[in-house]
Amino acid sequence: MAEKIIKSVAFLCITIIVLIFFFVFRESVPIFASAKTHEHTEATASSPEVQETYGEVTDQSSAPLVQETYGEVTDQSSEVQETYGEVVDSTASKSADETYTVSAGSGYDENQSALNTLMSKDWYPVSEKPRYGLFAIILGTFKITIISILFAAPLAILAALYSASFAGKRTKEIIKPTIELLAGFPSVVIGFFALMVLATFLQDIFNYDTRLNSFVGGIAMGIAAIPIIFTIAEDALTAVPKTYNEASLALGASKWQTAFFVILPAATPGIFAAILLGIGRVFGETMIALMATGNAAQMGLNPFESVRTLAATIGAEMAEVVFGDTHYNVLFLIGSMLFIFTFVINAVAEFYVKGKLMKRIQGK
Amino acid sequence: MIKDLKKDIKGILIEGLTLTSALVIIAIVVVMVTVIVIGGKDQISWEFLTSFPEEGMTKGGIFPAIYGTALLVIIMSVAAVPFGTITAIYLTEYAKEESIIAKSIRFAVRTLAVIPSIIYGLFGLGFFIKFVGTQMDNAFLGGELKWGQPNILWASLTMSLLTLPVVIVSVEEALKTVPRDLRAASLALGATKWQTIWKVVIPGSISGIMTGTILAVSRGAGEVAPILFTGAAYYLATLPGSLSDQFMVLGYHIYVMATQSANVDQTLPIQFGTTLVLLALTFILNISAIVLRYRIRKKKTN
Repeated sequence: MAEKIIKSVAFLCITIIVLIFFFVFRESVPIFASAKTHEHTEATASSPEVQETYGEVTDQSSAPLVQETYGEVTDQSSEVQETYGEVVDSTASKSADETYTVSAGSGYDENQSALNTLMSKDWYPVSEKPRYGLFAIILGTFKITIISILFAAPLAILAALYSASFAGKRTKEIIKPTIELLAGFPSVVIGFFALMVLATFLQDIFNYDTRLNSFVGGIAMGIAAIPIIFTIAEDALTAVPKTYNEASLALGASKWQTAFFVILPAATPGIFAAILLGIGRVFGETMIALMATGNAAQMGLNPFESVRTLAATIGAEMAEVVFGDTHYNVLFLIGSMLFIFTFVINAVAEFYVKGKLMKRIQGK
Repeated sequence: MIKDLKKDIKGILIEGLTLTSALVIIAIVVVMVTVIVIGGKDQISWEFLTSFPEEGMTKGGIFPAIYGTALLVIIMSVAAVPFGTITAIYLTEYAKEESIIAKSIRFAVRTLAVIPSIIYGLFGLGFFIKFVGTQMDNAFLGGELKWGQPNILWASLTMSLLTLPVVIVSVEEALKTVPRDLRAASLALGATKWQTIWKVVIPGSISGIMTGTILAVSRGAGEVAPILFTGAAYYLATLPGSLSDQFMVLGYHIYVMATQSANVDQTLPIQFGTTLVLLALTFILNISAIVLRYRIRKKKTN
């Protein structure tokens, strides 16, 4: 009996992941649903009756109704799905109409909905003609991820190599707790430090125009990623069998040669995993991105320009959005993307490393 | 000779490079701590810690934020620690190491640990508030809006999901330090498996459960992204009195003061003060967890 209860509680973790995926993704589904209903609309658009119904739906799409609809989801999921589609649809068609008049000739027509603006580069979710172009935001996220990994990975991996191969017991007892403390730094504190101190400091050195940009944000996020990369890389380096070390030293190699040409290569899969998980950490980092990157969705590749990341977009806009609105659904779509990305990164890190490392150490 | 010298120089350079990297990281930590301590130390006073914000948050203290943070981590721990402990017990005591179930649970735990915190915020909004909360309102209050909006209960539960892996990992490590002999002795004396776990294994790993709780509390106190839209409030004139109230929290306070207040420069001392309080809190918690964990590891090697 006790065992059954314990077992079912243990399954909670798996359940939570499934639930997270389901509920985050569910809120973003209407975007795709609206595209389908649109085709349907065109077929029957000539009938005035349909138009009228649509008008009604739009009128009632004020907050209380939408919230009520939410509650019913489980009971009458199919019906609600439809309502969803229509509510979103009416707003989406409006947006498409308006966008059409502005950017005539650029391939817009009435059939297009929020789904089609996703690939554009304009992110204007609250303007009169909302556009949800994710391109600039995705580009910004990758830009900042690259900057922070270029900063954090060499630093953390070399420090891990020092701790694993060269450091004495005493020095280790200083380095490791310091890294653990850094891991415990709340990201809002790092963000605050970057916003108030680091941004000014770096601007004085490099003399760029925008104070908050992807460079500052990248460095700050790198600081947040250092503990993760260090810990996993150090684990991988110390997991290399002692016999490797001894054999290399016995063959006359010096300490640094052993560290650099024997131990480091043997631990490559683990170091690869460390970098991957560092990327995952930076990719989803919200508070630092909100505070230190300037939050402007710009297209350029210049590191000294402001950027906006996927996670920061959710963090900044979710609080002000109307529930059930297209904007709300798009933010959840961004969330689903982030979730899938980190899930895949974690899975790759886990399975790739386990497979490779095992093979190497067992010498197969 | 010359070749050897070259080798030596190369070796010194490489070792120096790795040492420098380690020193740079330590320097970053020291600089961050120093800057925040210097910026905030004049602000810290008994009054600052125990009074409400005044004059549109440009003066006064941060008491409601401290109170809200405390309440948040307490409710969070009540939810996360039992579930985390039970999961850890299952993984160490019941599941076979190589079984698919154990493997998938471990994978799930690690995935939970790497999911970005903002996703937990979205989940809290989509699941707890919009799904569970609205259902509760419909069932008990006839549709009146009470639970279907951000509040401290939903924020704490969201946070407990985020800290669940922290608890599981620490408790698992502690459970493994309880010697096999003790378990065998207990079973040989006729105790059931459950009695053995309850009377022998859990008391033997209580410090590990504490480490897990402390680490979880430290993580929960510092995270802001999950509660951005599940219950944290910009400013409240009263303390949260029930589970359905919103609350103020230290991390969110720093964020709004630093980015959204009308006069950032004027409130700079308060911001540094608040940051110092939050940092001190997480430091104290982390250091005690490190010490506790060090003791557990020592016990393991003995």
